[in-house]
Amino acid sequence: MIRKIALSAALALGVAGQVNAAGGEAHVHDFAFSFEGPFGTYDTMQLQRGLQVYTEICAACHGLQYVPIRTLADEGGPHLPEDQVRAYAEFYEVFDPELDDFRPAKPTDHFPGSQLENAPDLSLMAKKRAGFHGPYGLGINQFLKGMGGPEYIATLLTSYEEPPECAADAEIEGSYNKAFTAGGIPESCMDEHGHSKIEGSWIAMGQPLYGDDVEFEDGSSTELEAIAQDVSAFLMWTAEPKLNARKEAGFIAVLFLIVLSVLLYLTNKRIWAPIKRKDVHPAE
Amino acid sequence: MAGIPHDHYEPVTGAEKWLHRRLPIVGLLYDTLMIPTPKNLNWMWIWGIVLTFCLVLQIATGIVLAMHYTPNVDMAFASIEHIMRNVNGGHMLRYLHMNGASLFFIAVYAHIFRGLYYGSYKEPREVTWIIGVLIFVLMMGTAFMGYVLPWGQMSFWGATVITGLFGAIPFIGESIQTWLLGGPAVDNATLNRFFSLHYLLPFVIAALVAVHIWAFHTTGNNNPTGVEVRRGSKEEAKKDTVPFWPYYVIKDLFALAVILAVFFAIVGFMPNYLGHPDNYIEANPLATPAHIVPEWYFLPFYAILRAFTGDVWVVIIANWVTGGIVDAKFFGVMAMFGAIAAMALAPWLDTSSVRSGKYRPQFKWWFWLLVIDFFVLMWLGAMPAEEPYATFSLIASAYWFGYFFVILPLLGVMEKPLPVPDTIEEDFDHHYPPKGEGSGAAAPTPAE
Repeated sequence: MIRKIALSAALALGVAGQVNAAGGEAHVHDFAFSFEGPFGTYDTMQLQRGLQVYTEICAACHGLQYVPIRTLADEGGPHLPEDQVRAYAEFYEVFDPELDDFRPAKPTDHFPGSQLENAPDLSLMAKKRAGFHGPYGLGINQFLKGMGGPEYIATLLTSYEEPPECAADAEIEGSYNKAFTAGGIPESCMDEHGHSKIEGSWIAMGQPLYGDDVEFEDGSSTELEAIAQDVSAFLMWTAEPKLNARKEAGFIAVLFLIVLSVLLYLTNKRIWAPIKRKDVHPAE
Repeated sequence: MAGIPHDHYEPVTGAEKWLHRRLPIVGLLYDTLMIPTPKNLNWMWIWGIVLTFCLVLQIATGIVLAMHYTPNVDMAFASIEHIMRNVNGGHMLRYLHMNGASLFFIAVYAHIFRGLYYGSYKEPREVTWIIGVLIFVLMMGTAFMGYVLPWGQMSFWGATVITGLFGAIPFIGESIQTWLLGGPAVDNATLNRFFSLHYLLPFVIAALVAVHIWAFHTTGNNNPTGVEVRRGSKEEAKKDTVPFWPYYVIKDLFALAVILAVFFAIVGFMPNYLGHPDNYIEANPLATPAHIVPEWYFLPFYAILRAFTGDVWVVIIANWVTGGIVDAKFFGVMAMFGAIAAMALAPWLDTSSVRSGKYRPQFKWWFWLLVIDFFVLMWLGAMPAEEPYATFSLIASAYWFGYFFVILPLLGVMEKPLPVPDTIEEDFDHHYPPKGEGSGAAAPTPAE
């Protein structure tokens, strides 16, 4: 009941001033990520691959303004060696108000923000796109299948297609994406009530990944679906860097509380026994 | 102090006597902890402890969060991310605080419906009940203002919609709204005062909780039979009660531990499940979300607010009678606050001479219908304001008011209650029959 479709959210990505928003729920593929479920944790190698995809492709337009570069060395994150992080930081230029000039970034700096006006910051993308799924807005897919923002991002990245026939003559900016529902659609693709006849809508971002866009040192697959998942996993980490620590804390707390519950249950049973006139069986 | 007769604290040592003459604080603590409590309380009487725990949890986590949070429109959102990323244990603190609000409301709703079923609001516990409703209202205010602080999209637009409700008050509404916001729209001044009040109100709640407890320690707890503890003598009272410590302390702690195991599973494994993902988008006054949805615990009342649209006949009549002063928006606001006020009036609306719903065969049905109605309203509050949800909302809202203003007064007259046990002891003995004669004092075998 809480999980309302967060279409509106996608406004930042949306094609501004376009015709009616298409609305509705698009199909989101249930990718299996390593960090799903109560015991799931990040796959360090996948995060490193995702970082590479982000750096070589996404970072051209997008930013990660809330993510300190030093956290790339964190355990439970990409876990890069310190010297690599220092070297990595120098790829970026940041504005230093003290110098009143740009300088190469240091690990203590944050990633730069977005380079383009209409390219949203990606730091929290995996968390802000987590509520699109149903059924009936109940979030059951999230609860049972562990579906969330990363699934949406990976689906979006793999859902660029040729525009449908109805849009053949339409003039519309952006690219057709089957999974993106918050964008505009041409009038020729709407029925008489203004409802969309097609899946998805037009998104301002051109298709970013085609497959084989990057080369991995470890020889991992660079197929479109594989790298889309890698970068989605990385973006989940940027949104929720403490996921591993959180689950560990949760696990310990639950375990402790279960033991405590059992002890309190037995204590309670025992102290009430005389009041309830029940026999207490001593141990043995 | 009035109350159930019981053994009071007697200072023994010289030091105790010295202190007791000057400040009987140990006596107060002793009497509070050892208060005679009906021995037949069931598992629905555990929510008070859960609520107390929630208040302490929220204050403790909140104080630390406030050390790292910045109430400024340009920095609030980033300061939350700072807490999530850079503050030691900050992500756990914030998730505990965030989900703590949900636990708080789950517990308070269970507590309220417990009171409604067992007639805990009835004479002589009206003051306890009214203070309880007041605490509930303050909780809603505190939770609402707390939700604004992260300065996400839902924070901003939720604040805009809810403060807009005050603008619907005829004549003075706009001035009140401006006064609340500290300006013409939700902005930095709003964020600052909400932060200040969000920090203040929990302490007001804590004070009211003390009064709430004082009130029902004076009248004594209600219990599932609704029969009062006998107060003729200490011996008589002892047959109906057990001291709070250790019997209920341990029982309540057990229940709390079980509830917290579930709570920590949510915090640890799915901390954002109950929140709206849009709140991870920084507030943008220029982009209105397609659906502005409050947090789950406000949804039933949000549904009532939206139910009374301009084409509903009561609204049309109210509009006509008042010469247009009461419009649909103001009517909705009154309905929302009225839905809570109706609860506060329950002690005077319920005319039945029998306190507990356990012995009221017809009442039970209407009560459970109210519980279902509550969940239906919650679901409707999350649905878009269109058909068929609008009609459903109207029916469900009507039942909410019907329950308090029609069913409760009429049932007392029309219903034939079942026989009520004479004493709590009788009810208890029925569940746990005494063994033979003269074995009442049989002590349990020690564990060794």
